[in-house]
Formats: sequence, structure tokens, C-alpha cells
Amino acid sequence: MKTENQKAWFFVLPVLVLVAFNALIPMMTVVNYSVQETFGDNLFFWEGLTWFEQILTSERFHAALGRQFLFTFLILVIEVPLGIAIALSMPRQGPWVPVCLVLMALPMLIPWNVVGAMWNIFALPDIGLLGYTLNHVLGINYDMTQDPLAAWVTIITMDVWHWTSLVVLLSYAGLVSIPDAYYQAAKIDGASNWSVFRYIQLPKMKNVLTIAILLRFMDSFNVYTEPFVLTGGGPGNSTTLLSIDLVKIALGQFDLGPAAAMSLIYFSITLFVSWLFYTLMTKDDLN
Amino acid sequence: MRKRSIVPIVYILFLMLPIYWLVAMSFKTTNEILAGFSLFPQTFTLEAYRTIFTDPTWYWGYINSIIYVSLNTVISIAVALPAAYAFSRYRFLGDKQLFFWLLTNRMAPAAVFALPFFQLYSAIGIFDTHLAVALAHCLFNIPLAVWILEGFMGGVPKELDETAYVDGYSFPRFFVTIFIPTIKAGVGVAAFFCFMFSWVELLLAKTLTAVEAKPIAATMTRTASSAGYELGLLAAAGTLTIIPGAIVIYFVRNYIAKGFAMGRV
Repeated sequence: MKTENQKAWFFVLPVLVLVAFNALIPMMTVVNYSVQETFGDNLFFWEGLTWFEQILTSERFHAALGRQFLFTFLILVIEVPLGIAIALSMPRQGPWVPVCLVLMALPMLIPWNVVGAMWNIFALPDIGLLGYTLNHVLGINYDMTQDPLAAWVTIITMDVWHWTSLVVLLSYAGLVSIPDAYYQAAKIDGASNWSVFRYIQLPKMKNVLTIAILLRFMDSFNVYTEPFVLTGGGPGNSTTLLSIDLVKIALGQFDLGPAAAMSLIYFSITLFVSWLFYTLMTKDDLN
Repeated sequence: MRKRSIVPIVYILFLMLPIYWLVAMSFKTTNEILAGFSLFPQTFTLEAYRTIFTDPTWYWGYINSIIYVSLNTVISIAVALPAAYAFSRYRFLGDKQLFFWLLTNRMAPAAVFALPFFQLYSAIGIFDTHLAVALAHCLFNIPLAVWILEGFMGGVPKELDETAYVDGYSFPRFFVTIFIPTIKAGVGVAAFFCFMFSWVELLLAKTLTAVEAKPIAATMTRTASSAGYELGLLAAAGTLTIIPGAIVIYFVRNYIAKGFAMGRV
């Protein structure tokens, strides 16, 4: 079906040049830093794999990585089922559909630091709507600047608020592509709601759900701005996720070598897990 | 059916609450904000908005953001169109590997690249220009645009191309006058995504600018830290950053469901 044509390379050349310029040169800089030590003045000394060993054996890295995996795990476990449930309960047609879609997409179009600032204002214990309601109306003692659990609940809720719509919109796109005939056939067979979901809707949503899970994994694993603006990684280190820790080392302490080594380890983990997800979820297609 | 519609309604209410709070806060006076809790603004004021629209450091932030976001969208779509066509119509050496490599660039944490980007763009002398931010955002927007456009182009039958060549169209003329209009929904959706991801990104935009091309979001962080946390002003600036996104999404509202599926339903 597709024809073999090596001249197609000319079509992809501009993309290749632009992306390579942005990806390869900075990546080589990072690789360079990761094997050297510098004391400023552009003086560099060969260090070999010292930084990699240091990072891989450091407790601080293990702790940040653990928090990062916990965060991403909670995000996927909450957002994916919730997104599917909301998509299933949405109307398939009518004047309300575009209204719903536009309102749901709105959080995704807000700059990430504004999302953090907005949730900060929302959660302030005495003057924020959420903080005030919890503390003074419901009588729950809530202060995310003091209590690590409250901080975690807040960053998770914020991410659910920010990104569940992505899963909703993708699942919804999968659902509306199912022809009515499928449902009629299911009705004639007397299929239950669960079997309609399990054997008609879920398989039809599989492609888009693969995209949703991959995007949610990559973005939540690399998340930086929103939790940083909201909690600054605190209280203590309780919400210092991997990228927040990385920026602290790179720009806060200016330890370029360890930061670069950490970047490469971080990137490899993201790449490996994404590949794993992708392979697992598309395995059936190959057979 | 009526019982089911409660779920989306509750979800949308949950989405709107923090936004309502931000907008309400922007109409309050600083005294009222600090005095305590009030559900609606008691003394309605436009002071924060007046400050933003009369102070050049504020309103230039908006103009800067809109310039580099538009520039990035144009560059991304322009180079992604032919590339997506190549991926959807031809087999060539290393095509699958290239496609996957493009996608891996979406996985690189921006935090990793911040410092090298700063050095690279300083070295070629375009630090603190709109072009620098527009080019840097190509890193994650071009792969996305190629991915979306390839999905939409895959849905166009190859007979369209062949008929056009038989009718004596040259490739450029076919591409511009027939093919692009056929997939204009896909172009709209891809442009929407480029706009969106460039508009919401801050880390790289902040790293690559100082004064001349400083984005609005960076102006906000400065205010938050130096001016003793002027919440009303911060809330007003935040409210204004929601508007461009809302306008853009309104234009693509009918394609949005299919668009989010990247044309691959």
C-alpha cells in the first residue's frame, strides 16, 4: 500500500534538522557534564562514571524516585478509571456536547504555573475556598504547608483537576466512533451493561486509551511546575518529586555533574517505562 | 438518562470551582482578601486589571507570549505537514525508527534541558528573543504535530493523490490546493495542540528570556516573590491567561473529540 520512496527523506528533513538541533546538542551537553567535574572558569576534569555511581547509590535519589513513582501510580489509578466513567456518562449528541467538551478542556489550557498559583489561592487555610470550607465548615484540620498528607492530597487533587479531562476527551472520541448497530445487536442478544462495556466499548477505546495512558505517564512522571508552585517540594521534602529535586541540584546548588548524571538516569527510566507500557498495550495487535 | 447526566455536571462543577475562586479574587481589593473569607467580592474593583493594562511590564508579557506562541505554531505546522505526508504515504529507510525517535522527545523532562538550552541559545546569539522560545518549543510540538497530522492523513484515501497526478497536477500544487484543504480539520487540531502546549509551558520560556521576550507567566512569578504577594494582581493576571486558550478552543469545538484522539479512533 505504501510505496517505497527514498526521496521522502527530503520531506522529513526540516523536521529532522529542527528537532535534532533542539534534542541532540543539549543532550550531548548533558552527557558531557555527566562525566566531568567543574570548579567554574570553564575548567573541566574527567570523572568517568563517578556521578552515576553517586546518584544511583544516594538515598536522596531513591527517596525522590519513590515519591515520583507513587505520584505517577496514584495519578494513573485515579485518572484513567475516572476519565472512562465520565466519558461513559456523557451524552453522545445534542447541543450540550460542545459545551461540555469546551468546559472540560479549559483546565488544560491554563499555563502550568497559573494552575499552581490558582490552587495555592484556592487552598489557603483561612482565605481560600477549599481551605476555608475544610477548616471552618467541615471542621477538618487542613494546612498543606504543615501537613505532608494534606500536601499530597492537594497535589493529587490538583493533577486530577488538571488532566482527567484528557482521558475523558480521548475515551469520548473512542466511544462516539462506535456505530449504533453494535448497541442494537447487543440489545437483541440481551447483553448486560457490563458486557456492553467489556466487549464493545472497551475494545473500541483501546487505541485512544493507549495514547491517554502513555501521555499521562510521560507528563506526570516529568511534572515540575504545578507542584513546585503549589508546595515548593515541602513541607520538608515530602512532595519533592524527581524533577523538583533535579532542578534543586542543577540550578540551586549548581552541581552540574551529578545533575547531568541524574538527568540521564531519569530520562532512561521514562523511556524504558514508556516502551514497556507501549509494548504491553499493543501486544495483541501484533498477533 | 437523567440520572447519568449528574456525573458530568458534578465533574464540570469541580473543574469550575478553582477557576471561579481565581476570578472572584481578581475583583477583590487587597484589604478584603487579607481581611478574611468572603464568597463574593464585597467591594467590586477593577484596580488589578487597570494596573495590568497600564503597566508595560505587564501587558508586554501578554504580547510576548502571544508572539512566540504564534511563531511556534506556524513553524511547527509548516515543517510537520510535509513530514507527516511522507510518513503516511511512503516507506523509506529508517522511517519507523525516525518516527519513534521523534516521539521520544516528548518524554524528555524540560528540567533536564533547561541549562543546556540556555547555553546553546546564548552561543548562537538569539537568547532573549521570541524566536528562541518558538524554536525551543519545537522540541515537543513538532513531534506532536507530525503524530496528529499523520493520523488525519492516514484517513485520506490514496486515490485522491493518484487522481490529481493523472489530472496533471504537480506535487506542490496538489499538496497546497487539494490535499491541505482536505485535511483542514487535522491542521486546525494540530495547530490547537501546538498553541496549547506552547502557551502553558513556562520552564523553557523563562530560561530563554530575560527582558525583551519575557512571557506573562514569568512576570507573574516575579510579582509573587518580590511584591509581597499581591494576590489580587496575581489573580487578575492568571484570569487573563485563561482567555486566549478559551478563544482558541471555541474555534475547534466541533473537531475537539476527534482531535484529541489524534485522528486515530
